[in-house]
Amino acid sequence: MALDRWIALVFLILCLVYGFAAFFAMDAGLPPFMQRNPIWPSTFPKILACLGVVVSLAVLLGFEKSDKGHVASDINYRRLHEYKLGQALLLIGAMVAYALLLRPIGFLSATFLFLVVGGLTLGERRYVLLVAIAAFAAGVVWYLVQQVLGIFLSPLPSFLPHLL
Amino acid sequence: MLEGFLIGITTAFSITNILMVIGGCLIGTFIGMLPGLGPMSIIAIMIPVAITIGDPSAALILLAGVYYGAVFGGSTSSILINAPGVASTVATSFDGYPMARRGEAGKALTIAAISSFCGGTIGAILLMIFAPMLASVALLFHSAEYFALMVVGLSAIAAFAGTGQVGKALMMTILGLIMATVGEGALFNMPRFTMGIMDLQSGFNFITLAMAMFALPEAIFLVLDPARSKTKGDKDSGKISGLRISRAEARAIAPVIGRQSIQGFLIGVLPGAGATIASFLGYAVERNLATKEEQKHFGHGSIKGLAAPETANNAASTGSFVPLLTLGIPGSGTTAILLGALIALNVTPGPRLMVDKPEVFWAVIISMYLGNLILLILNLPLIPYIAKILAVPRTFLIPFILFFTLMGSYIGQNNSTELLILIGLGVCATVLRFADYPLAPLLIGFILGRMLEDNFARSMQLYDGIGFILERPMTLGLLILAGVLVLLPSYRARRARMRARGIADGD
Repeated sequence: MALDRWIALVFLILCLVYGFAAFFAMDAGLPPFMQRNPIWPSTFPKILACLGVVVSLAVLLGFEKSDKGHVASDINYRRLHEYKLGQALLLIGAMVAYALLLRPIGFLSATFLFLVVGGLTLGERRYVLLVAIAAFAAGVVWYLVQQVLGIFLSPLPSFLPHLL
Repeated sequence: MLEGFLIGITTAFSITNILMVIGGCLIGTFIGMLPGLGPMSIIAIMIPVAITIGDPSAALILLAGVYYGAVFGGSTSSILINAPGVASTVATSFDGYPMARRGEAGKALTIAAISSFCGGTIGAILLMIFAPMLASVALLFHSAEYFALMVVGLSAIAAFAGTGQVGKALMMTILGLIMATVGEGALFNMPRFTMGIMDLQSGFNFITLAMAMFALPEAIFLVLDPARSKTKGDKDSGKISGLRISRAEARAIAPVIGRQSIQGFLIGVLPGAGATIASFLGYAVERNLATKEEQKHFGHGSIKGLAAPETANNAASTGSFVPLLTLGIPGSGTTAILLGALIALNVTPGPRLMVDKPEVFWAVIISMYLGNLILLILNLPLIPYIAKILAVPRTFLIPFILFFTLMGSYIGQNNSTELLILIGLGVCATVLRFADYPLAPLLIGFILGRMLEDNFARSMQLYDGIGFILERPMTLGLLILAGVLVLLPSYRARRARMRARGIADGD
């Protein structure tokens, strides 16, 4: 089964779970005065769940024939191992680490580390240039966001409070 | 109308707003030139900045400037290095790149700039004529018609998705609608489908979703496939000279520009069609209209073949503002993002926009003339310098794209859980792109979802049930149209197959 049909299957399951919540679980807590309304919070989700099941079945069972000549315009996932998969996964990991570290170690150090690690992952070997650009960018972006846009970004680690 | 027009001129020509247009066009051109980053990603990244500005006219002018700039920047990279940043400039590279190879890069850029300028300007004139007309009709609409109209818009977007893609596009639209029901709705003070997660209480954030759908997958693709961001810049973009075009050439492209401005604009108005279809169709039509002698040049550096898609895609970009400004229904991913930005700024686009906030409505239209003019006079002489950005190594480029994506989502919320949601959705979006699922319908569904449900609920309450569909003929008509739009492509494909089979049998 091709990837697009697997996705349709996942979507079908999602719609079933969503539909179950809409049809059976949601209305339990509905106050009596709202039950006289023609529309309930669950009305629209019920319609969506039904439509979703129909459409995902249509894709899953292949009712709509796609032309054979249609080439996936982007990357061919069947040859995924030929691409730089490791780099992509490392960068996604770096982003997750950035999200988790942003508060504890502060914006400046987290951003600096992210940019350096990102550059190294992609194969940059001019270390001095990389470090200089990362430090400069972290500082400039912090200044722009904090001072120009006026949005507070805690720059330093949380254990070093209020120096700036 | 004249009054509104004058208010628009005074708003658009204030110093701040002129700076916004100039800034937006420059930023758009800069980033749009980077291969792989389309207008949608750029606008998504710029939204937090626009929202912080606070003034809706200024914010929309900035974003619109970024949009034209990005379209223009995309053409530049198509011509210079044959790396279209966006689907809508693929047709530009057919004739633009051969011209650059011949050493006529300067001339190609001039033709592209002039065609874009004319397409955009004629589009803006048409917009000024059509938008008020459509808005006055739209004032007669009730919530039932709005509901039906949004259903038509969503179906049309799926129907134009292409052969074999309608089901997938519909699936993505429904997924977007489902995601829009997460959180507390406007009509019911009751959290829905939050799965007990506090951060989902107010629903998914649309900036996060826009970043996750467009910017993040694009960046991941750039990492996966280094060839996508290949910058052959050093050998080609170094020497750009001879920006002049001769009088004969100008005479040759003038009718092309005239035809394609109108055709492109009309295609742009249709929901779902947009700049990509307009540019390919424009190219095809002009090739058919050309003489036998000229047809041989198409694909080998014909100036007509370059002018046609460039004019059409700019006129279509302008045309796509018609449904956004008059009905509040976006026809493309880009206008959907603009709609989201407007809602975040407390402006509700729709027929009332022209009456309630004429300064926003007209200022945007006036800024289109200004934006096009600025692109022409500012970018043309600067292009050789801006093109240097094509030489930025990807080891620096990609971490910065990722960082700006994360920042865009973070500074709106100041919440690092938002970043984890962004990364999770981004990975899902990448998988969806592997399987060739279109992502713009998801975002459009998400943005329209709230409004669709609100209008549906209001009509249900007014008519005490589903009766409004039968009692209002226009609603019924629109809903039938939506059904036809969805079913027509598969019916036609089936008939074509049947016919093909009949011929094969010797029928």
